[in-house]
Amino acid sequence: MNQMILKFLSRSENENFARNAVAAFALSLNPTLSELSDVKTAVSEAVTNCIVHGYNGREEGWITLECTVDGTQLHIRISDSGKGIGDVERALTPFYTTLEDEERSGMGFTIMQTFMTDFSVQSEEGVGTTVIMSKDFGARAEANAQ
Amino acid sequence: MKMQSCRQGESLYIYLDGELDEHSVSDVRSGADRLIDEHAGASRAIFNLAGVRFMDSTGIGFLIGRYKKLQKYGMGMYLENPNAGADKILELSGVYTLMPKI
Repeated sequence: MNQMILKFLSRSENENFARNAVAAFALSLNPTLSELSDVKTAVSEAVTNCIVHGYNGREEGWITLECTVDGTQLHIRISDSGKGIGDVERALTPFYTTLEDEERSGMGFTIMQTFMTDFSVQSEEGVGTTVIMSKDFGARAEANAQ
Repeated sequence: MKMQSCRQGESLYIYLDGELDEHSVSDVRSGADRLIDEHAGASRAIFNLAGVRFMDSTGIGFLIGRYKKLQKYGMGMYLENPNAGADKILELSGVYTLMPKI
């Protein structure tokens, strides 16, 4: 098992840093380019949510990113201490966005759910939001071995 | 994020280059809108994504925003050469029904 924890400010330039840090950390799982692209996109969506929604664009909030490699699995946990989500079920609806005027696609959670093997979100209004997601690289390893 | 353009007959070509996310989208949003305004008489705009190494849902919001602007001018919008990662989220979000991949 291997683990890392990063803590960074809610500045949009850190989206690039976060997704590439996770991609570099995941290299020990020998991912394909496509798998790596999936993970980077999911991380970028989660971090963007923390910045745009959790902290409403304020740049002084902290985002915590924890990654664990365990066997063939990569587990990712991304947390903010922002405003939280009142109705998580509604937030997960494809194309739903609270920022209609800002050219938001409302696809962030749908992309995370589609690109990762497991996905869940915990949130409390006024406390913050945590996204927990995993990707299993094992199915492909077995397929390659056959 | 960088952008280049050229006009060929009725088509305005816009070439995007870099990683398209929440941080970089502001680099190209106003520039793309200015190009569309300048070429409002063209029939269509074609966004070439060959240089886009990474794109998340912010990119989808950006493309849909330009699509709406082009619609006001009666111009069509098309996408060209997305990489595999961009293609996956464009397909997933149904963007190609609005702006076909050519």
